[in-house]
Amino acid sequence: MGCKRREFLKIAGLSTLAGLAGKSAYELLAPGELEASQFMSGGQALEAERWAMVIDMKKCSEQEECRDCIDVCRHVHNIPDFNNPKDEIKWIWKSPFQHAFPEQESEFVEEKLKELPFIVLCNHCKNPPCVRVCPTQATFKRKKDGVVMMDYHRCIGCRFCMAACPYGSRSFNWRDPRPFVNKEEGNPEYPTRTKGVVEKCTFCDERLAVGKIPACVEACKEKVLVFGDLDNPNSEVRELLRTNYTIRRKPELGTEPSVFYIV
Amino acid sequence: MHDAGKIIAGLMVFIGVMTFPFWYNMGKASPAPEPELSQKAKQENECVEPKSFMKTSHMQLLNEWRDTAVREDLRVYVGSNGKSHDISLQNTCLGCHSNKDKFCDKCHDFVGVTQLYCWDCHLEPKEKELWAVKDANF
Repeated sequence: MGCKRREFLKIAGLSTLAGLAGKSAYELLAPGELEASQFMSGGQALEAERWAMVIDMKKCSEQEECRDCIDVCRHVHNIPDFNNPKDEIKWIWKSPFQHAFPEQESEFVEEKLKELPFIVLCNHCKNPPCVRVCPTQATFKRKKDGVVMMDYHRCIGCRFCMAACPYGSRSFNWRDPRPFVNKEEGNPEYPTRTKGVVEKCTFCDERLAVGKIPACVEACKEKVLVFGDLDNPNSEVRELLRTNYTIRRKPELGTEPSVFYIV
Repeated sequence: MHDAGKIIAGLMVFIGVMTFPFWYNMGKASPAPEPELSQKAKQENECVEPKSFMKTSHMQLLNEWRDTAVREDLRVYVGSNGKSHDISLQNTCLGCHSNKDKFCDKCHDFVGVTQLYCWDCHLEPKEKELWAVKDANF
């Protein structure tokens, strides 16, 4: 039986179409292997529209030697201590007023304020420049609560974010941090970082997920640090902002920091 | 045909040399390793998904866990058997499979998939033992 060229092409074309359509229909309709599996957030997770912090420097300045918030952060997040300011990893630390607020150019600054070490950390900006420059979206702003997060799995260590952050809130791991973590005080439930990634404060995302407030806020005996939802007019932070004069770091840059200072 | 003897003899030598590795190693294949379950894993009886799925697809599941926990902040996984687990390589997976060298490493070494960088950051059980476990209120 002969088959003309035209007929052959028709049959070949039709069978290709049928094959492709059949395969995609099967894939579309066949039950997935793990149909019933799903992801959820934990039951007690703390939720907010925009997490923020108010730091009362009036109270903080009375406890000059206190480092409770800084130490607890070191321990829960396994932050290494290289004993060398060039390699230092900083999540929450102290910075003198004139460095933290260089735009406050008053000729005569209140004496008490001038040298006062301010508690500084990542500002979790509403408009974070680090997120804009990250080429891999390793750092990103969480849509649900405004936390500026780090995904160390994606970080390629280009350090664009460090150049972009006007607050110096990001630190690069120049060397393997694990040997420099204090293992007696460290937290074996939390990972360390690896050489070649950038790290920073994440507002204790791992604690928020299980219903705990950030460790620094919990550790402060003087209640200097207050954590809450900026979008909720009844929250504690909004109450403090209503009743106190507060400043933010470098607001002229338009980053809209979520950390406020009562001075 | 001239030189048939030489050509056929040459071909036989060639085939012999080329297939040498196959018949030299015949019957000497090392047996597939049997990963050992820890006591805790044995008691649990079932992983987050059926064994057959975990065997073939644990790497995809781990990647999905990683992305969903870090990027979407969904940190509880409900398996197809209806049981829920916290999403954590360090605390959930390795909490149960606490014998990494007899469980993970056995197959990974056998198939040569050893360039994993999970443990550069996440603490494996052996490493955890070096850390003094304090019941601090973290």
